[in-house]
Amino acid sequence: MAEKQEIPKPAGRALLEAVERSQMRKDVPEIKSGDTVRLLVRIGEGKDERVQPFEGVVIRLHGGGVNRTFTVRRIAAHGIGVERTFLLHSPRLEKIEVLRHARVRRKQLYYLRERSGKSARLKEIRPMRKAEIAAREAAAAAREALGEERGGEE
Amino acid sequence: MLNGLLGRKVGMTQVFGPDGNAIPVTVIEAGPCIVTQIKTTARDGYEAVQIGFEPIPVKRTTRPLLGHLGHRLPLLRAQRRRLQQYQQEQRAKARDQEEGAKSGSAAQTSEEKKPDKQIQKLLTLQENRQRRPGPELGPFRVLREVKLEEGASPDKVELGARFDVSLFKVGEFVDVIGTSKGKGFQGGVKRHGFAGGPKTHGQSDRHRAPGSIGSGTTPGRVLKGLRMAGHMGNARVTVKRLRVIQADPERNLLVVKGSVPGANGGLLMIRKHKR
Repeated sequence: MAEKQEIPKPAGRALLEAVERSQMRKDVPEIKSGDTVRLLVRIGEGKDERVQPFEGVVIRLHGGGVNRTFTVRRIAAHGIGVERTFLLHSPRLEKIEVLRHARVRRKQLYYLRERSGKSARLKEIRPMRKAEIAAREAAAAAREALGEERGGEE
Repeated sequence: MLNGLLGRKVGMTQVFGPDGNAIPVTVIEAGPCIVTQIKTTARDGYEAVQIGFEPIPVKRTTRPLLGHLGHRLPLLRAQRRRLQQYQQEQRAKARDQEEGAKSGSAAQTSEEKKPDKQIQKLLTLQENRQRRPGPELGPFRVLREVKLEEGASPDKVELGARFDVSLFKVGEFVDVIGTSKGKGFQGGVKRHGFAGGPKTHGQSDRHRAPGSIGSGTTPGRVLKGLRMAGHMGNARVTVKRLRVIQADPERNLLVVKGSVPGANGGLLMIRKHKR
């Protein structure tokens, strides 16, 4: 009883997080509402397994950690909307490919359900080309230089 | 080998199964548990093992418990003071005598006073304190009794033996016992799943009523055990046949499929499932 006891601390929530982290995929791209994605979904048919593509607009992101899900809406044959929800970290998703980003003003794009055709389009944000990025940076640098010159006057 | 282990509920999450299905699971931090007492048929009339879970500092426990766990108990503070005082007096006396002898003065040493009874008792107490043979254990926050696995003999279990999650194998079934979340005083609809009364057709005040509670003059009383409103939850609940999804002795990690009684952080007893 004389020597000092070592009392190990319980791991608690760290354990839960470790379990969750081990389930998360590291290869998932960043997805936002309004993105157009192409998924390769593994589907089991009896014993066989095949991969089915599914392409559409992400209209909702939900949950966090391993439980993060996203809902993809696509217009199938005869103009019928089909929505499917996937777990972001599911091993059944062979591949998630982000095709396009769009400018959206809300997180959940339920309003797309009431629209069809032209009005259901989203405005695309194109990734900037290298030349554009360079031009922008140059402009910013120029602005900064100007600002420094005038810094004293302000 | 033991039949059960103690643990704490950490929380729920989900993991992916081999075919990509999401499985709802509960994460449990189980063990390590130390054997603190072995009960045998010869002495106790039955066979069991008492295990301790969650070590705590010595100052956070009681002396009776320390004694049970085989600790050598220090004297009580008052006893210690008394003894110290006595020893100091003795030393002072010895010094006085020495000085007296050196200076050669005629400091008459008073007759050697015998230490009084209480001090004598303390001295003998300190010398030969009884303690349970075997290792000093714990102390622990929780002590519980578990049974041995069928066919296992209690002679093989040693005092102070350590058991962890390696008791359970992935794919096995376990029963989990815990204390359910308290719900307070609840009516029959929530507590026993009564249907309640009709919601429409001119009903008033009967929507969640329990209905009739018995016949008339015969038997003239309400039968015992009739389900009624009352306190719900905060009771011992056993959930049987939960599949072990993960078991890692290194991290004291046990992951079982499905839910488990009680709030996060609640004490659980995990037992092997008996078919």
